[in-house]
Amino acid sequence: MATFECDGKRCWRYLEPRQSLWMWLGWLLTVAVLVVSLRAIDESTMWIFVWDAASRGADIAERMTPPRWSYMSVLWKPLWDTINIATLGTLLGMVVSFPVAFLAARNTTPSAVFVRPLALLVIVSSRSINSLIWAILLVTIIGPGLLAGIIAIALRSIGFLGKLTYEAIEEIDPVQVEAVAATGASPAQVLDYAIIPQIMPAFAGISVYRWDINIRESTVLGLVGAGGIGLQLQSSLNILAWNQVTLILLMILATVIASEWVSAKVRHAII
Amino acid sequence: MSEIAAAAPRTWRRPKLIPDARLRWGLVVLALAYVFLALMDVDVNWPRVMEGLGRAVQFLQAFAQPDFVTRWSEINEGIRESLAMTFTSTALGILLSIPVGIGAARNMAPIPVYLVCRGIITVSRTFQEVIIAIFMVAMFGFGPLAGMVTLSFATIGFLAKLLAEDIEDIDPTQVEAIRATGAGWMQVVVYSVSPQVMPRLVGLSMYRLDINFRESAVIGIVGAGGIGATLNTAFNRYEYDTAAAIIILIILIVLLAEYASGVIRKRLQ
Repeated sequence: MATFECDGKRCWRYLEPRQSLWMWLGWLLTVAVLVVSLRAIDESTMWIFVWDAASRGADIAERMTPPRWSYMSVLWKPLWDTINIATLGTLLGMVVSFPVAFLAARNTTPSAVFVRPLALLVIVSSRSINSLIWAILLVTIIGPGLLAGIIAIALRSIGFLGKLTYEAIEEIDPVQVEAVAATGASPAQVLDYAIIPQIMPAFAGISVYRWDINIRESTVLGLVGAGGIGLQLQSSLNILAWNQVTLILLMILATVIASEWVSAKVRHAII
Repeated sequence: MSEIAAAAPRTWRRPKLIPDARLRWGLVVLALAYVFLALMDVDVNWPRVMEGLGRAVQFLQAFAQPDFVTRWSEINEGIRESLAMTFTSTALGILLSIPVGIGAARNMAPIPVYLVCRGIITVSRTFQEVIIAIFMVAMFGFGPLAGMVTLSFATIGFLAKLLAEDIEDIDPTQVEAIRATGAGWMQVVVYSVSPQVMPRLVGLSMYRLDINFRESAVIGIVGAGGIGATLNTAFNRYEYDTAAAIIILIILIVLLAEYASGVIRKRLQ
């Protein structure tokens, strides 16, 4: 806050002059970046298509209604597959990320110079790549199917679970660790009795949260051949059966809302 | 004294997470049964997997020598498109999520507005960006404009929800104080709500910028522009060295964005 003289009275402004200069520079930079970006998008857009977007949207909406309810009988198995991809993928991700988190946490890593950067690299590369990209990669490597989907979900989950868990490990109460160590416990016993009990609720909560996200993500893995309800979505889109697409979207909506409810309940019970 | 020592248990067992043994074992059995059933349904084509392991090795080798050169013009264009989509959609998304977020806060909006805004948020959060992108491509045609609209819509679901929760948690006495001066609804928003939620909104927007870049790398798969299309083509042509180069670039940009947003967030708070 800056005060200054104006017309013989004392006035105030929210920012110091130097701060407001930086503020304006920031805004200038933002606007410049936006203008450049908009021009780039403008160049690669066929505006002639955009002008009748509304009529095409209305056309699609008309084809989408009413949903083709009889298609439901085909969807139960893909829906079960989708839930399995998410659940098994999350379990696999939990198994791998648990040790990785301990290797990455500053207070439990065996070597801050060699092991910790490696564990952080695993976490960062897993987090940067979307599960759909992992799925494309795995479908070309091990072929289409549920397994590719499960591993894709697991690979993406490692980074998420690993990052949040290692942050939780770094924030544990050191007093309990000291207390257990003072009884003459070995490092393994300290880990077992002082560290793991402290982070278990956080780890379980994070995992359930990730499971909820994974349900959403696994609905689209089928688009690249990695199994689940996305396969049906892809084939319905290919034959332009928009009324089947509506039904699939409704199923996804119901599943996601249900999983969100379950995850909220479980997290509430744990923490 | 010796009697007490004799009566006290000599061994100690740590308490279980779920004290009721029947419930605990019931849950374990249920979980095992589920995993078994689920695994039964995963039929794996083992010969195909074995065949693929060679390709996995090839791919790992490609990471050792990524090829940035051969397809550089395509990679360059893809990255530029992705960045352009990221910036514009984040800006547009923030602008749109402020009114939606205020509308979705129970203490600021009347019931009908609240329900409509909550509906928008639920739809945006439920469907993956890729599904939204399919519709946007069908409406706006191929290209980054469809991607920009998709990401803006996805940004609303994220930012407006968190903003609404923040607004519901604000300190009501500050609102009362401003209202007591005779301020209208708009003045209440500007002088008592916005100062309380602004720092977090800025932080979340930075975080969303980072997410939007990551997402812009996948919506290209369904034709919405960006680096995803280039990456998908590289995989289809089995050009693992180009794919590795693209993945390395994505990781680097994400790291850079995370670092920059961290610095900006720290400076602003």
